[in-house]
Amino acid sequence: MTATSIPALFDETRVRGGFLQGLLSSDLPRSRVLSFILLAILAILAATPFLFSGSQPLSTAAKICVFIVLVASYDLLLGYSGIVSFAHTMFFGIGGYGVAIALERLGASWTSVAVGLAAALVLSALLAAAIGLLSLRVRAIFFSMITLAVASAVAVLASQLSEITGGEDGLSFQLPFELRPAFRPLSEPLFGVTVNGRVVAYYLVFFVALGVFLLLLRLVNSPFGRVLQAIRENEFRAEALGYRVVAYRTAASVISALAAAVAGALIALWLRYNGPDTTLSFSIMIDILLMVVIGGMGTMYGAVISATLFVLAQSYLQVLMEAGSTALSGVPILPNLIHPDRWLLWLGALFIISVYAFPGGIVGRLRQGRSSRA
Amino acid sequence: MTDMAEPSSVSELPITRTDWLPLALVPALALLALPFIGSPSSWVTLTVAGLAMGMMIFLMASGLTLVFGLMDIINFGHGVFISLGAYATLLVLGPLAAWGQADSVALNLTLLGLCIVAAMAVTGIVGAVFERVIVRPVYGSHLKQILVTMGGLIVAEQAIHAIWGASPIPIQLPETLRGAFVLGDIVMERFRVVAVGIGLLVFIAMQLVLNRTRLGLLIRAGVENPEMVEALGYRIRRLFVSVFVAGSALAGLGGVMWAFYRQTLTASMGMEVMVLVFIVIIIGGLGSVGGCFVGSILVALVANYVGFLAPKLALISNILVMALVLIWRPQGLFPVARR
Repeated sequence: MTATSIPALFDETRVRGGFLQGLLSSDLPRSRVLSFILLAILAILAATPFLFSGSQPLSTAAKICVFIVLVASYDLLLGYSGIVSFAHTMFFGIGGYGVAIALERLGASWTSVAVGLAAALVLSALLAAAIGLLSLRVRAIFFSMITLAVASAVAVLASQLSEITGGEDGLSFQLPFELRPAFRPLSEPLFGVTVNGRVVAYYLVFFVALGVFLLLLRLVNSPFGRVLQAIRENEFRAEALGYRVVAYRTAASVISALAAAVAGALIALWLRYNGPDTTLSFSIMIDILLMVVIGGMGTMYGAVISATLFVLAQSYLQVLMEAGSTALSGVPILPNLIHPDRWLLWLGALFIISVYAFPGGIVGRLRQGRSSRA
Repeated sequence: MTDMAEPSSVSELPITRTDWLPLALVPALALLALPFIGSPSSWVTLTVAGLAMGMMIFLMASGLTLVFGLMDIINFGHGVFISLGAYATLLVLGPLAAWGQADSVALNLTLLGLCIVAAMAVTGIVGAVFERVIVRPVYGSHLKQILVTMGGLIVAEQAIHAIWGASPIPIQLPETLRGAFVLGDIVMERFRVVAVGIGLLVFIAMQLVLNRTRLGLLIRAGVENPEMVEALGYRIRRLFVSVFVAGSALAGLGGVMWAFYRQTLTASMGMEVMVLVFIVIIIGGLGSVGGCFVGSILVALVANYVGFLAPKLALISNILVMALVLIWRPQGLFPVARR
């Protein structure tokens, strides 16, 4: 009975809304500042090839797009389902390696990309389902530990099976012709910028990322997403209502694994390289965790904001800290504390504070500010 | 209040039956491996090495499982106490470097003992702070515990980097603990033998404290039913803190052994070994010290045997063992009843 009443409620709101409502699955930012920031990020990401010159801004923008997908898919698990996985980079890595291995072995064609991506998706789904069914059936806390164990085993496998994965060196490969810098789709420069294969590759990353993000947004606002949140809030009650908790959580974990694999494929296509440090390392896992919590668990938009901030900070803030550290070089300890390599120290502290004080993260703060004013 | 525990019905209590099946698993496995390995001398070498490894894992894991059993707290930051214990050896090894180079068993073992004392003191104190600042506000919510203790781990690891520097630090075993005992074809590394000794000592001490003392009785009662213990007038909070401190100190002890085994210190060494620690406490049954002991030895022995017989498979042998155990007993070898 409940199963039929929830979709009905949804259709009602969707009929009232327009195109934007439909696109964002009736889950609007609900804060003017937040909407403005999101629009700004979207506009800048969409126009990066024409706004900035040089390759570094474009690379940063592509990385932001990939991390938005990665963090949003992790939010589906952590924020919406309330389970902590440490295997998210494993799926990220599987996506990357799928494309990398296929392009290296089968030659630089779109078929190889498709084959690699398909294989990675199937493998990710199977692994996620196996882990979920093995661990979630007992208790959610097993899931965290088991994902950690499996992810580290896969990382070791990837670095040891060097005939297939290239070991610690990783794999470099050729892209299909349309994505290479030599490719010129337009004979004339567009807005003063020569459109080459790199720009095409960037837009591929951008639009796929946008598409996956909107899909995830749709998913968490669907009846399925509501059940996940119900389970997060009260597992026992959801079970009593007749929802199979294990099945729902496993499904969420499979979907989030698929999205992570797509993100991995995107980053591999962008970098023309995949190795353990770019996709599989545990430090990326920590970064994702920090991003989801600081951005705001269970908000999806938090992923956009925090991934943007984080990647920008990674590329540019460390330069600032470097300057601060050298300026304080006379003082004991202090320069050590603001050494650019120590920025995780401060992020970690911020992370702990957000878990205690702002469970809604940045997005939660922005939305709260709006409701208190209104 | 405790006088009430006098009644005559004590003898009528059902005797707890020991679950022998998981206990038999370890010797059965060792015997099963013998024909595959072939030569008895390599079998003994592998088995002793595996036992030593298992003991070290047990030292690191026991604190975590105890804390979980009593407080229902899963501490993902446990690994940092291992690293911290390892780095604390530097406090002793620095000033007393001469003792480590002396060719005297007594001096060397005293040095090791002092390292252990220093490490346990440091990790115990940090553990008390960690419990107060990081863990106490999130009692009862597993999700927040995982997140916050991960945060604590990140901060503490970075703090280690800030204090001791980010590059790996090499350390040396005391003179007489290097090398190996050789009995015919059997080779046993000396340090591993010491590790087995210390591990057994700690395990026996823990069993005695848990099963033969008043404190142990309270801890076991707290694992079964904390509300009832509190209702009987005991301050369960104080018990919680002391168990957390003890658990951290045990991690510190494990960290010292692990550091001497690896002979290099890095801030992430604790987190790296946490993977094994989690596998072990899952296999053993969350909260069970005995299960943790059996699980540690099981994992280490399988890793050694498989590493000898099929090196490629060794990379995932831990996961396979865990999967098999969970299929057999989804709650681990010795499920803790309450949860």
